[in-house]
Amino acid sequence: MKFPAPLVRLWHRLGSPRWFFETTAPWLPWLLGLGVALLGAGAFWGLALAPADYLQGNSFRIIYVHVPSAILAQSCYMLMGSCGVVLLVWRMKLADMVLEAAAPIGASFTALALATGAVWGKPTWGTWWAWDARVTSMLILLFLYLGIMGLRQALQRPEAAGRACAILAIVGLVNIPIIKYSVDWWLTLHQPSTFKLTEKPAMPPSMWIPLLLSVLGFYALFIWSVLQSTRVVVLERERRTQWVQNFVAAEGSKA
Amino acid sequence: MAKAPGLFWGQFRRDAALALRQPGELANPLAFFLLVITLFPLGVSPETAVLAPLAAGVLWIAALLATLLSLEGLFRRDRDEGTLEQLVLHGDPLVFAVLARLTVHWLGTGLPLTLLAPLLGAMLALPEAARWPVTLALALGTPILVLLGGVGAALTVSLRAGGVLLALLVLPLFIPVLILGVSVAELAVAGLPTGAVLAWLGAGAALALVTTPFAIAGALSIAVETG
Repeated sequence: MKFPAPLVRLWHRLGSPRWFFETTAPWLPWLLGLGVALLGAGAFWGLALAPADYLQGNSFRIIYVHVPSAILAQSCYMLMGSCGVVLLVWRMKLADMVLEAAAPIGASFTALALATGAVWGKPTWGTWWAWDARVTSMLILLFLYLGIMGLRQALQRPEAAGRACAILAIVGLVNIPIIKYSVDWWLTLHQPSTFKLTEKPAMPPSMWIPLLLSVLGFYALFIWSVLQSTRVVVLERERRTQWVQNFVAAEGSKA
Repeated sequence: MAKAPGLFWGQFRRDAALALRQPGELANPLAFFLLVITLFPLGVSPETAVLAPLAAGVLWIAALLATLLSLEGLFRRDRDEGTLEQLVLHGDPLVFAVLARLTVHWLGTGLPLTLLAPLLGAMLALPEAARWPVTLALALGTPILVLLGGVGAALTVSLRAGGVLLALLVLPLFIPVLILGVSVAELAVAGLPTGAVLAWLGAGAALALVTTPFAIAGALSIAVETG
């Protein structure tokens, strides 16, 4: 199998944290602007213009935060698992840096999804917390994130920490579907619909278009924050190289 | 590959001999298992009506915790005395030694836990219909716990106080085993066939058996290479 030459070139360039740092710099304001614009539009449309749900009233509007953060929480783990494979197979330093940068962000999205879910659960399910299948899977996902973060913190040498976290991320990635299916199955066994989310009506476009906008906005902001914190990790890990010292000196003289 | 049986059995004999010379260490997780189980009637209620529906869950949770407790020492001594370094350095695939180590560990913890389960189940008023299905489920599930736990133990082998972190790494991965294991009991009590769930546990054990040793071997070489 032969990959197109530009792709191969990009792949090789990704091996250089410096190339990454310099290439992504001009993207940041665009991503931030795009994210804020999409999220702002989605939030305004969703909160002000979209009609209230006929069953849940206005409480459903938290969907515009809850669903995007839940989606991002899972996407972020996929990203980390893929970075783990890239790190172990190709020993690409940058993958480790992304792995380090993405973990707290993914954990925050998971926590946000759980928190907004609890807030949403109070008016609709009548309780802050129910052992619902998706809630439980999310909670376990949060533990997986915390495990990766804890392991990185505990291992002193960055190289050892990176590869150990990569193994853990891959093991977690393989286990996520297993955990998810077992929890779904456990629920059907244990709790035949003690609480049931009011049957979702197929959403009208005036409800799902703002949702789509805020999901896209969340993605843009997620990419922005992963890039931003990866850049910080790049600077920290490469601090002994000449280009970082030049960069820091230049930034310092600007200030 | 021709060397595989030799690599496995050599390590197996060594680890088994070491384990047998430290009977105290073998007994500790079992004592812990018994102790946790004793706490439940004391803490919840000694009434049969209360205990019976909880019994299978208590057995499984105690087995999970006992396995977790035993994991910390899984590779620790081999690392401290340098055996692990030699295993990584001598060039033969580490996987077979890992497999032997885990087999010995399971024979020392998972198997006795399983064998104790019918007895302790009776103490916890586990319904009779569930006794043998739960024992069988533990026989299939405890190897998964040891295999998955081995990954966590290998990742934290270089840490002085890795216990709490090990729990954080490993317990979320144990959850599917817990769910399947407990549901075997529920199905058995309800008079339903348990074969399908037991088959899932068996499939999980087979999957863990052929994948986790590689992750463990990888994690151990990282620990050795980066000191």
